[in-house]
Order: sequence, then C-alpha cells, then structure tokens
Amino acid sequence: MQELAVPLNHVLFVSTLLFTIGMLGLMIRRNIIFILMSLEVMLNASALAFIAAGAHWGQADGQVIFLLILSIAAAEVAVGLGLVLQIQKRFKTLDMDDANRMRG
Amino acid sequence: MLELALFYIAASVALFATVLAMTRTKAVHALIYLIVSLLAIAVIFFLIGAPFAAALEIVIYAGAIMVLFVFVIMMLNLGEKGDARERQLLQPHIWLGPAILSLVLLVELLYLISTVEGPASSGSVSPKDVGLALFGPYVIAVEIASMLLLSGLVGSYHLGRRFLDRGL
Repeated sequence: MQELAVPLNHVLFVSTLLFTIGMLGLMIRRNIIFILMSLEVMLNASALAFIAAGAHWGQADGQVIFLLILSIAAAEVAVGLGLVLQIQKRFKTLDMDDANRMRG
Repeated sequence: MLELALFYIAASVALFATVLAMTRTKAVHALIYLIVSLLAIAVIFFLIGAPFAAALEIVIYAGAIMVLFVFVIMMLNLGEKGDARERQLLQPHIWLGPAILSLVLLVELLYLISTVEGPASSGSVSPKDVGLALFGPYVIAVEIASMLLLSGLVGSYHLGRRFLDRGL
C-alpha cells in the first residue's frame, strides 16, 4: 500500500469551494440553464468528496456512490432540459422570475 | 511532491473555470468553462487514486451530459435580448448578499474540515474492487439507479415529445 501524496483535507477544501461556487451560482442566476449547470457543479463537488474519502480509506464505497451520483445527474439533466424546452415554448423566456407561477 | 503540485494546479484550474462558468452571460461560453472544470476534476480523481472514476467523469459528465446541454442550447436559439437580461442580473447589488452569506458558510465548513484529523490513507482503489462492491453489497442500489434512469428516460421523452409535436 503506497502513501497517498494528496492530503484528504485539501481535496475536501476543493470540494467545499466548488460546492459553494455552485450554491452561489444557484442563488444569483435566474436563467434556468445556469441553474441546472449550478446543480451539476454541486453534485460534482459532492462526488469529489465521496471519491476523496473512498481513496483515503482505501474502500470502494466512495466510487460506488460516485456512480450513483452520476446516474442521478444524468436523470436530473434529462428531465430538467425537457422542462427547459417546455418553459421556453410556453413563456418565450428562460428567466425563472417570469415563470414563477404554478399555472402558466 | 510532484503529485501534490499537480493536484494544486488541477484544483486551481477547476475552481477558476467554475467561477468563470457561473459568471458568463452566454450559456455556451459557460458550458465550455464547465467542461474545463470537469476535466480538471477528472485529473484530481486520477491523482487521488481513482482512475476508473476519472474515466467515467470524462466519458459521462464531459462527454454525455454536457453534450445534452449543448443540444438544448442549440435548439433554443437564445438571442441578444437574453444576454442583456443576464448582464443586468449580474450587477454587484444582485450577487453581493448571497455571496456574503455563502462566504460565511464556506469559512465555517473550511474551519470544520481543517480541524478533523483522519487516519493515514491506504492507496488507490482498483476498478475490480468497485465492481465487486457494486454487484455485491450494493446490488440494490444498482437496481434503484436503473429504475431512476428508466423514469428519467420516460419523463424526458414525455416532455420532449409534446415539444416536438406542436412544432417550434
């Protein structure tokens, strides 16, 4: 077993920074495409934390959870982009402030 | 020591590209930066001993999910009006409040992480271990993921089919 060169704390720092950037993007952007991208960034940051922890303890569980996060991201993006098409057709805009009512 | 330097370079590239992606006004430019960020994260995966995850990150995230975004942005044909609106929404008085709140949370999280000390790490995980775990103790999770993907497929087909039937 080789000693891992990168400390766990530093990878978790990067993961936390990425998650915060994603959360900030989610809060300040109103375009639904950017909101979906921010969600991708946040999911990816949590995946990085899982992989780092799995590699740190030499367990495969981190990568298993990464695969599950990957499938969640794929399903979420497929449905989300289908909704984007519907919103664009119905409201002629991607701005979520213009599409904030339940009944269009 | 080289691995550590490579890790810091990849981490800086990932963070920088993500910040740029979140602050672009054109969706396609943001997407390119996001792909750069994903590639940098794949490098980090490789460095911390998860080569299988690095390959999947490139093939599925950068290859498949981002291409979905590109297709939808091309179908939508966003114009100059949307760019102007995005530029107006990126003024400092819009993003300053959320940024300060996020910064407080970020500092707290970084402090918490820096105080925790784990045991020494034990090297990389091979794809074989991942496969054995995936189809051993985690087989229920694989089934649930397959059902999730099926429901995602049906849902997106339903939403997209109505869009295509009535025309653009």
